[in-house]
Amino acid sequence: MSPNLAKALLELADDNLILGHRLSELCGHAPMLEEDLALPNMGLDLIGTARTLYTYACEIEDKNRTEDDLAFLRNEREFVNCLLVERPNTDFAHTILKQLYFSTFMESYWTAALSSKDEIIMGIAGKAKKEMAYHIRHSGEWVIRLGDGTTESNKRICDAVTALHIYTNELFINSPNTEFFHKNNILPDRASLKHGWEQAINSIFKQGLIPYPKDNNELIGGRSGLHGEELGHLLASMQSVHRTYPGAKW
Amino acid sequence: MTKTMPLWEVFIRPRNGLSHKHVGSLHASDETMAINAARDVYTRRGEGTSIWVVPSALITASDPIKAEENFEPSQDKIYRHPTFYDIPEDIGHM
Repeated sequence: MSPNLAKALLELADDNLILGHRLSELCGHAPMLEEDLALPNMGLDLIGTARTLYTYACEIEDKNRTEDDLAFLRNEREFVNCLLVERPNTDFAHTILKQLYFSTFMESYWTAALSSKDEIIMGIAGKAKKEMAYHIRHSGEWVIRLGDGTTESNKRICDAVTALHIYTNELFINSPNTEFFHKNNILPDRASLKHGWEQAINSIFKQGLIPYPKDNNELIGGRSGLHGEELGHLLASMQSVHRTYPGAKW
Repeated sequence: MTKTMPLWEVFIRPRNGLSHKHVGSLHASDETMAINAARDVYTRRGEGTSIWVVPSALITASDPIKAEENFEPSQDKIYRHPTFYDIPEDIGHM
């Protein structure tokens, strides 16, 4: 396979867009006003990063496509996001744990990308790293408090760990599309970030009295376009306006 | 809600050199969560460079019923305003 940076960036952009959209679903539906602003705020950070990545990918592939074409006109099997980010919000514990898992990974990813040989990726990393640091702080403090809160909140966060942990290993797998670029110091090596991630999550779980899962089961497939049925529902909602009114602007 | 999520008053300093100004209140379980929530709720449009949060319960306020005795006595003492000085024209704005 000839190295194609646009395809590699698409994985990164899809992760950010899909999780960003998941967070936007909570606008007007979060359990309290403070979170109703905080969660879509974080969603906007992710969607902003996704936009920059899509735009850069379009520039590289040079097929006359725009960020809108990539976000709104691809179907389910063409999305290459990891499975974790498409998981439904379910309840607040799921939402906030998913955010912690993803932002802890992305913070270390962008930190590593600061030494990328590609100046544009380096620039995106500088901005996104700060946003991820806040996402970790926000979601991490919540995870600790849910774990060390009431019997009910502890049960909810432990249920979320059971449901979501199996999706985390996919974060650390380099795909055929990204392999060439991490070997050439253009994108970070995902596998190298695993140890640091486990230590960071473990430390938060300890503070929150949450047992760290021992089994190493994993569910993967997102990078090759194999998704859960939930992604189809998400895309139907996210793409409906653009597909109904192509080229609509406001 | 008020027991597990008490109310906090939020103060934001817009720029260095200015003082923190009261901007509103929010619910949070403790001071760390209150600072995070204040950042999310009140600094979304670049309003601030620094945040203070104070438990609302710790604020002692003047009694609205005593507003007359507190504030009316100052109303007829206009000589306390610095408006009785003639300022030479060439000084310009003070």
